[in-house]
Amino acid sequence: MALQPASTEIATRTASIIQQMQGLEGPLLPILHGVQEEFGYVPKEALPVIADALNLSRAEVHGVVSFYHDFRKNPAGRHVLKLCQAESCQSMGSDEVADKLKKLLGIDFHETTHDGSVTLEPVYCLGLCACSPAALLDGEPIGRLDDVKIGEIVREVRT
Amino acid sequence: MNVKADIPSLITEIDYGTPASKAERMVTLTVDGRSVTVPEGTSIMRASMEAGIEIPKLCATDMLESFGSCRICLVEIDGRAGTPASCTTPVGEGMVVRTQSERLDAIRKGVMELYVSDHPQGWNEQRGTGASEFDRMVKMVGLTENRYGTEGRNHVMAEAGEGMAPGNGSLTIDYMVRDESNPYFTYDPSQCIVCSRCVRACEEVQGTFALTIQGRGFESRMVASMNEAFLESECVSCGACVQACPTDALREKSILEKGMPERSVVTTCAYCGVGCNFKAEVKGDEVVRMLPYKAGKANHGHSCVKGRFAYGYANHKDRILKPMLREKITDPWREVTWEEALTHAANEFRRIQYQYGRGAIGGITSSRCTDEETYLVQKLVRQGFGNNNVDTCARVCHSPTGYGLNTTLGTSAGTQDFDSVEAADVILVIGANPTDAHPVFASRMKKRLREGAKLIVIDPRRIELVKSPHVEAAYHLPIRPGTNVAILTGLGHVIATEKLYNEDYIRAHCDWDAFQDWLEFVSDPRYSPAEIAQICGIEAEDIRQAARLYATGGNGAIYYGLGVTEHSQGSTAVMALANLAMATGNLGRKGVGVNPLRGQNNVQGSCDMGSFPHEFPGYRHVAIDAVRQIYEDAWGVKLDNEPGLRINNMLDAAIDGSFKGIYIQGEDILQSDPDTKHVAAGLAQMECVVVQDLFLNETARYAHVFLPGSTFLEKDGTFINAERRINMVRKVIEPKAGYADWEATQALARALGLDWNYTHPSQIMDEIAATTPTFAGVSFELLERVGSVQWPCNEKAPLGTPIMHVDGIVRGKGNFVRTEYVATDEKVGPRFPLLLTTGRILSQYNVGAQTRRTDNNVWHAEDRLEIHPHDAEERGIRDGDWVRLSSRSGETTLRAQVTDRVAPGVVYTTFHHPDTQANVVTTDSSDWATNCPEYKVTAVQVSPSNGPSDWQHDYAEMSRMTRRIKGHLEAAE
Repeated sequence: MALQPASTEIATRTASIIQQMQGLEGPLLPILHGVQEEFGYVPKEALPVIADALNLSRAEVHGVVSFYHDFRKNPAGRHVLKLCQAESCQSMGSDEVADKLKKLLGIDFHETTHDGSVTLEPVYCLGLCACSPAALLDGEPIGRLDDVKIGEIVREVRT
Repeated sequence: MNVKADIPSLITEIDYGTPASKAERMVTLTVDGRSVTVPEGTSIMRASMEAGIEIPKLCATDMLESFGSCRICLVEIDGRAGTPASCTTPVGEGMVVRTQSERLDAIRKGVMELYVSDHPQGWNEQRGTGASEFDRMVKMVGLTENRYGTEGRNHVMAEAGEGMAPGNGSLTIDYMVRDESNPYFTYDPSQCIVCSRCVRACEEVQGTFALTIQGRGFESRMVASMNEAFLESECVSCGACVQACPTDALREKSILEKGMPERSVVTTCAYCGVGCNFKAEVKGDEVVRMLPYKAGKANHGHSCVKGRFAYGYANHKDRILKPMLREKITDPWREVTWEEALTHAANEFRRIQYQYGRGAIGGITSSRCTDEETYLVQKLVRQGFGNNNVDTCARVCHSPTGYGLNTTLGTSAGTQDFDSVEAADVILVIGANPTDAHPVFASRMKKRLREGAKLIVIDPRRIELVKSPHVEAAYHLPIRPGTNVAILTGLGHVIATEKLYNEDYIRAHCDWDAFQDWLEFVSDPRYSPAEIAQICGIEAEDIRQAARLYATGGNGAIYYGLGVTEHSQGSTAVMALANLAMATGNLGRKGVGVNPLRGQNNVQGSCDMGSFPHEFPGYRHVAIDAVRQIYEDAWGVKLDNEPGLRINNMLDAAIDGSFKGIYIQGEDILQSDPDTKHVAAGLAQMECVVVQDLFLNETARYAHVFLPGSTFLEKDGTFINAERRINMVRKVIEPKAGYADWEATQALARALGLDWNYTHPSQIMDEIAATTPTFAGVSFELLERVGSVQWPCNEKAPLGTPIMHVDGIVRGKGNFVRTEYVATDEKVGPRFPLLLTTGRILSQYNVGAQTRRTDNNVWHAEDRLEIHPHDAEERGIRDGDWVRLSSRSGETTLRAQVTDRVAPGVVYTTFHHPDTQANVVTTDSSDWATNCPEYKVTAVQVSPSNGPSDWQHDYAEMSRMTRRIKGHLEAAE
């Protein structure tokens, strides 16, 4: 697993992301996305830097970050698998899909495998209801999950 | 009155749920069959309360904008579907509202049941104080059961059995440990109902934005900053969140420890010049809580950490409660009766006058005491001592304000009320740090800035207003200390040469010749931005932009503090500010003006009450025969027509041997006046120094007679705040030492043979009103009736004057004055290459006599020297190192704080702690017009040090020796 960057480095890299996005209207969320993209998570050390740049309080930035589950507090695995658990997918058996994947990967939701290869997360509707049950692997949508596709996913993330 | 009494004498202000609407159009509706007429835009909740019908609520309170989250305040409206929230629904003409029905009852109970199902131990047991709004609402909606049980994730079952306080129970999945880090209040997350009132109070009222709701859904909970302990977070401990909390999640520790108050008295805070009104809430004979009074016209229900929480000094063990005497200052003190102390003081004063002449004694009035007390001290000096040797601590702070504003505008006070800031478009702050020194006003200023007003800050230091959450100065001009007059004249240059002045206003209200003269003066190229930029060490373009913004940005309001007055050109700078306001027509209406932010609670009052050696009350010179006649008639004595001695003249005379006795009420001149060694030398030469104070202050080390003082909680009277507002001070508890300060002064006067017979301070105010035209209409009866008034209050303005110069400038024609910049004698050189400037911090007040004796020390336990990283590195100084701070006058040591808040070449410290003694370092330069000392500029050198200087060691030893009291064990400290 990669070492987490030191706090001064986080501050510098965060500052450059802020610089690119500060001019946007409502720049906080784009900046947070940028930070997550840069580090793979939103380091706590980045928040005071963002607060200072946008003239917000630390509290406000923390409030926003903690509201969205998508913003991680810790680095994710190399792959991120999001399984839809919303109504349509549930009716098409997403619970069983989830159970199988948890078993095959050896982790529960919100966990990362020991080798750091994959993080498993529930998500509530990907807008792929017509192809339920659906998932998102590293940002790529996968529909009509069945055992074959589950096997492919596991092979993909394990390599 | 907006007040109803729940229990006799415990004042509960009505909570209307949402703020008042300022609309002019009125709307009439019917609530539960009652017709009520309210301004357009009022919420149904508020209209209903105004009709006397309370709608249950949890997330609404009238200090905050409506939020609509709790779903308790639902109502039915004829012709509308559903049950809208009454807090977010505005009234409409002819609307018919029902606040009670079976359906509403059922909904409210259902919602309330969900709340209690997630509250520690359910609905039927009292939690915390048992007197919270939440507890009251449970009863109000008539909840009788909790079908969801008490097994929920947020229920905190007592681990060690029943009877354990909430927050101390077992851990559940969402359990958060109680936060006790703040010395004054506790946060128990298990009692939080996530109504966001605290978060909104921190944002809307205080403007700090230190709180947030963390997470979402069931896990959401209020936290400080990034889920930090309150003490480590951005919280400034103003207490607005505690006041707003409807449960006991945030609650004052004093209430949890001592229980709910039994009675309350409305009074005025004795800290800064904002003059907040409070309800002092008492249990037995002890104050258990200070609650800001919503009807208070200066603070509108808000407060800061000092006013709300730092009242514990009144009961501190250091307080001296018995009069004391000693022959020599090296003797230990001897406790005596009031009679013995007063007789001794009176005999000594008479002996000294017999021996050394009538002018050999004098008095010092206090800006912390009431108007009535101050008036009596100056009366004692003029009538009893037969001279004009009276001065006050305002000498060392705002005397240039009096002089400067009087010369230009004709009145010695600020022009606006605090509410005026709501209409300001451009706010110019110079030499003031409102978020620390006038926090409640700063909150209102920040609110206006968040609404879009522009800010210009002129200050050597990057004060918090320059940049803090949601506030950012358009221009910060970090001028070199001591160059105020240069920058202000430079701003005038831009306004003059770019013709940004308001000619119509000037022609109508000002002396045209004086204006022409000023125009010629400021237009001189030596005041051009390029030149001024050199002098002040800033950018020329910033000067131009700032001047244009102030002159053309709409209503321009100037707020200034001691950073303007405490200079060798303090009076000149005040006049320069008045020049700018007159030239741009920024006077005489809401949103504009020239406003000193007064330091102490009653510094305005002490000046108004004739505390100066040359002026009677109301700023009338002692040489004016007609004025003297008024007092000669009233007091039955011949009065001296020559001005008396100022503080520093008294000390000089003492060293010369011609001044031998002084009566000092409530001021610590040794600590607060410049050049400490000079003050000490003067005091040491005197034969009778009478000090009246709460504590054995620094000055008392040189005293022969000590008279115990009374706190603001122990007396009746009035304070006058920075907006000229005469506020009532009411006795909350009996004087602990037996006498209120005015009674002690009266007893001294009687011992001197004067026939004084006041039985209540209201009689003193009557005498003030009878002899002072600007106070002619003031009486305690009037103040009781209307709450407070702003002077002038007389026939022309029976209810006082919120804004001055409305119908033309008081002086007649506004007087423009040439403001030639003369550099201070305090210049940096090879030996002293840095400039020291001084200031204050939020949690401490002035010399710290009160706040150091409270838990406020957790925020500021010592004075630190702020130094720029560049200067620090050059000297090998790291953050937290002991450093020696030396000037031409002396040296002291303190610890360094390395920060870029100060510019290179500038260092900064506070003066709250006597063992630092920043004034050992400050020099004896002073304002040319008023002798106000130049605290804000001293050339210094900073070097690494091993610890306190010899002087500080000697001082500590001497402090101990001169504070011994016979029969008392020495304090361990």
